[in-house]
Amino acid sequence: MAVVGRDLKLAMRRQADIVSALFFFVIVVSLFPLGIGPEPDLLRKLAPGVLWVAALLATMLSLPRLFADDYRDGTLEQLALAPHPLGLVVTGKVIAHWLVSGLPLALIAPVLGIQFDLAADALVVLTGAIVIGTPALSGIGAIGAALTLGLRGGGVLLSLLVLPLYIPVLIFGAGAVDATVTGLGGEGHLSLLAALTFASLGFAPWASAAALKIALE
Amino acid sequence: MTDRFNLYRYAAPSAFYPLAGAMIPYFAAVAVVFGLAGLWLGMLVAPTDFQQGEGYRIIFIHVPASWMSMFIYLVMAFWAAIGLAFNTRLSGMMAQALAPTGALMAFLSLWTGALWGKPMWGTWWVWDARLTSELILLFLYIGYMALVAAIDDQRRADKAGGLLLLVGVVNIPIIYFSVKWWNTLHQGASVSLTKSPSMASTMLWGMLLMAMCFWMYSIAVALMRVRTIMLERERHTDWVKAELASLGAGGEK
Amino acid sequence: MIHWNSFSEFLAMGGYGLYVWGSFGVTALIMAIEPIMVARNRKATIARLRRQLRAESRNAAE
Repeated sequence: MAVVGRDLKLAMRRQADIVSALFFFVIVVSLFPLGIGPEPDLLRKLAPGVLWVAALLATMLSLPRLFADDYRDGTLEQLALAPHPLGLVVTGKVIAHWLVSGLPLALIAPVLGIQFDLAADALVVLTGAIVIGTPALSGIGAIGAALTLGLRGGGVLLSLLVLPLYIPVLIFGAGAVDATVTGLGGEGHLSLLAALTFASLGFAPWASAAALKIALE
Repeated sequence: MTDRFNLYRYAAPSAFYPLAGAMIPYFAAVAVVFGLAGLWLGMLVAPTDFQQGEGYRIIFIHVPASWMSMFIYLVMAFWAAIGLAFNTRLSGMMAQALAPTGALMAFLSLWTGALWGKPMWGTWWVWDARLTSELILLFLYIGYMALVAAIDDQRRADKAGGLLLLVGVVNIPIIYFSVKWWNTLHQGASVSLTKSPSMASTMLWGMLLMAMCFWMYSIAVALMRVRTIMLERERHTDWVKAELASLGAGGEK
Repeated sequence: MIHWNSFSEFLAMGGYGLYVWGSFGVTALIMAIEPIMVARNRKATIARLRRQLRAESRNAAE
C-alpha cells in the first residue's frame, strides 16, 4: 500500500527517532533492576510486567509523530480530501508505525528478558506476545494521536488518554508470559491478546479517521 | 405533533437554561427525601449481616456510587452520540456538565470499595477485573476532562470529547459483566432484574433508596453546572447578556 | 424498629466504625463540597462575564 511505503520512507529519514525510542525501551527496562535490587527470583517475577510497561511507554513516545508531521505541512488535509477512505490511510500509517516501533521492540525484548533471567519458553512467549500486542498499541494510539492533534500539552495529554485504553493489552500481554513462567501455559492470554489486536485494528482506524476529521475542521 | 415540537425547543440553550434553573430545587429536594429515607432504612433499621457484621453497611454508598459512575458515563456517551450525529451544542454542554460528578462517583466507588475490602478480605485493593475496570473508568473520566480542557475551540472539544467517550464506552459492559466472566474477589450480583434478590428486604430497599438519592443528586448538580457552562459558551447571545444584566452585581440566583 | 441499642453502638458499628464512617464521611464531604464549588464557579463566571461585557461596551462606545 502506498501509504505504508511512504510512511516507511519518511521514517527512514528520521532513523534517529526510531533508534532513540528503542534506547528508551532498553534504558527504562535496565532501570528497574537498579531500583529494585538484583535478586534473581524477584526480577524473574517482575520481568513480564516491567518489559510490557516499558514497551507501552516506548510506543507512546513515537505516537505524536504519527500524524503531526503530515498535519504541519498540509499533507493530512489533502489525504482527508482524497477519494480513498481516510480509514484506509490511517490503517496504512498504523502498519508503518508498527513496523518501525512495535516490531523492533519485539526483536530487542528477548535480549532484555535474558537480563531478567527468564527461561527460554518464557522468552519465546514474550516475543510472540509483543509481536501480537504491539499492533493494537499502534492502532489505539492512533486514536489518541488524532484526538490530540495540534493541541498544547500534546504528548502528556496523549498518554493520559491512551494508557487507560492500553491496560487490557498490558494485562493479557504480561499475563501470557506470567502464565508460561508458572507453567499454566500462555495460550489463553495470547488468544485474547490476538482478539484485542484484531478488534482494535478493525475499529481504531475508523475512530482515528473520525477524530482526524474533527481536528481538521 | 405539536407536543414533540415543543420538546425540541428545549434543545436551544436559551430555552433550556430557565427550565434547568426551575428543576434544580425539585431534584435537590427529592434527593434529600430519598437520602433520608435510605439512611433511615439502611443505617437505623436494617439488621446486622450474618457474615459481614455491621461493616456491610458501606454497601449503601458503594453500590449507588458504582451504579452512578457507570450510568453517568453512559448518559455522557449518549449525549456525545447525539452531538456527533446532529451537531447540537447543548448535548456537548450536558456531557461536560456531567463529567466531574461521574468522576467523583467513580472515585467514591473505589474509595468505599477499599474501605469495605480492608476489614472483610484483608486488603485495600486487588487487581481483579471489576476493580481494575472501575479504575480504568476513573481514568477515562479524567482523560475526557483533560482533553476537553485542552481544546480551545468548543465545537471541536465537544466532538473530540464525544469520540473519546464513545471509544471508552466498551469499558462499561466489561465492568458490569466482569464478575460473571472472571471468578475472582469481588462478589457476584445480588440484585438482578430476573431473579429474586438474595438480601434482606430492608437492606435492599435501603440500597435502592440511596441509589435514587445519588441519581437525583447527580441530576441536580449537573443541571447547576450546565447553566454556568451555557452562560460561558453563549455569552455573545442576547439572552445571556440580558440574563447577566438582570443578575446584578452580586451574581445572584 | 431501630436496630441499635445505644448511640455509642451506632458509632462503633460493631467494630467497623472507622471503615463505615470513613465511607459515609467522605461521601457527605463530596456531596457538600461539590455543589458549593459549582455555585462558586457560577458566581465567578457571572462576575467575569459581566466585567467583559462592560469592557466591550465601553470599547464600542469610544
